Amino acid sequence: MTTHPAGLPRELIALRVSHELRRGMVVNLGIGVPTLVPSHLPADHGVLFQSENGILGLAGLDYSGAFDPEHINAGGQAITLVSGASFFDSATSFAMIRGGHVDVSVLGGLQVASNGDLANWMVPERGGGSMGGAMDLASGAKRLIVAMDHVTREGTSRLLARCTYPLTAQACTDLVVTNLAVIEITPDGFLLREVAPGVTVEQVIAATDAPLLVAPDVREMTL
Amino acid sequence: MVATVYDTPDAALEGIGDGVRVMFGGFVTAGTPSNLIRALRRRGTRGILGMANNIGFGDLLDELCEDGQLAGMIATFAIRASSAKKSRFEDQYRRGEVTLELSPQGTFVERIRAGGAGLGGVLTRTGLGTPVAEGKRTVEVQGVTYLLEEPLRADVALLKAQRADRLGNIEYRASGRNFNPIMAMAADLVIVEVEEIVEVGEIDPERVGTPAAFVDRIVQCAPVQVFTP
Repeated sequence: MTTHPAGLPRELIALRVSHELRRGMVVNLGIGVPTLVPSHLPADHGVLFQSENGILGLAGLDYSGAFDPEHINAGGQAITLVSGASFFDSATSFAMIRGGHVDVSVLGGLQVASNGDLANWMVPERGGGSMGGAMDLASGAKRLIVAMDHVTREGTSRLLARCTYPLTAQACTDLVVTNLAVIEITPDGFLLREVAPGVTVEQVIAATDAPLLVAPDVREMTL
Repeated sequence: MVATVYDTPDAALEGIGDGVRVMFGGFVTAGTPSNLIRALRRRGTRGILGMANNIGFGDLLDELCEDGQLAGMIATFAIRASSAKKSRFEDQYRRGEVTLELSPQGTFVERIRAGGAGLGGVLTRTGLGTPVAEGKRTVEVQGVTYLLEEPLRADVALLKAQRADRLGNIEYRASGRNFNPIMAMAADLVIVEVEEIVEVGEIDPERVGTPAAFVDRIVQCAPVQVFTP
C-alpha cells in the first residue's frame, strides 16, 4: 500500500470549494462534503442555493428541533430559507437543473477521469447504489465541481485515466477539489492548479493514476 | 370529471385490486401520502408495481414490504451505496424477491409528465454512457445525441397535499409539491389525501396547484407523524 499525505480535512476542502462561488450564482450542493460549503461563505454571500426537491433559496439546517416534514433538503434534513426563496415541483426543479439554469453544481465523487467522466453513485463491490438526481446534476449544470478525497482508504487514486465504476455522466467535470490539490479538466487532461499546504507537486503526481499536467503558475491553495 | 369526497383513506381505495401499478407522490417526508400508504397496507393488495422517488428513506413505503405486497419499484433512490441502514425493500431486492428499475430523478419526473401529457417520450442527455442507457435507443436532433426515455403511466396515483376544495382543486405547501402535481396527470385514478377539505371558492384560484380536472378522489386525514430519516 502506497502512503500519501493526509492533506486537508473535509471542512477545508469545503472551504476551498466556497472560493469558487460568487454573489448571484444559482448553486446546487450534493450530499457529503458539498453540504459543508455554505458555512464557509460570508453571511451576506448572495448565493442562491437550489435543492432538487423543489427549493431555491435554502439558508441552512434548522437546529430548532421543530421538524416540519415539508421543509426539508434533498437529504431529508430540516432547513431554513433565505428571504426571496421559492418552492416548485420536481419537473420545474429538474428543468432548472437540466436546462442549464444552475450555474454551479458541487458533487461528491468516487472517481473522476482525465476526460471529465464522473462516477459517484454506485459501488459495484458493495452491490448497489442509487443515482437520485446526480446524473441530471452532473450532465445539466453549467459548471461541475467535484469535491472528494484524492485517494481511497486503501491508497488507490480516485483520479484515473478511465473510471472503473459505472459512470454518473460523461465528460461533465470542470474542476476537482481534493484533500491534496485543485485540478482542472482541460482538453489535454488533468491540469494541476493548486496544491494543499504542505503537499508537494510530486506527491500529487504520485497520488494521481493518470497523466497530470502542471500549470506553470501552480501555487499553494489560499484557505 | 370533478372529485368525490371519501370519509376514510381505506374507503378512498375502493376498487383497487392486485397487480395494480401505483404512483406515490412525495420526496422523503415531504408530500408523502402516508395515510393512503397505510390504508393500502391494511387492504392487503398484492403484486403492486410502485413508482416513487424513494423507498425506505423517510417514507412509509417500506411498510408495504412487511408482507411482500410490492412486486417491484421504479424509483430514483432505493439502494444505498453504503451498507448502513438497509430497508426491507433493499433486502428483498438483494434476495431477488422484488424488481427495481432505477431512473435518474429528472428523467423520472419527465417520463411521468410525458405520460400525463399524452407525449410519446422524452429525449435527454442524462444517462448517456451510463448503465441507464443500456438497451435504450438514441436519437439525434439538431446534431446532438439524446437518449429516448419512454413515458410512464399508472393505474392509480396516491398523492398528498395541504388542502382541497370539494371539486378537487388542490393546494400544496412548501416542498410538499415535488412529484405530486406531475403524477396527478399520469394515472387513471388519482386519489389525494389532504390535511383539510374546504368549500368551493375558499381556495384562491391563483393558489391551485392541481386543477380539479385531474383529481378523482379526495380524503381528509390528519398527517402521519414522520421524522427526518
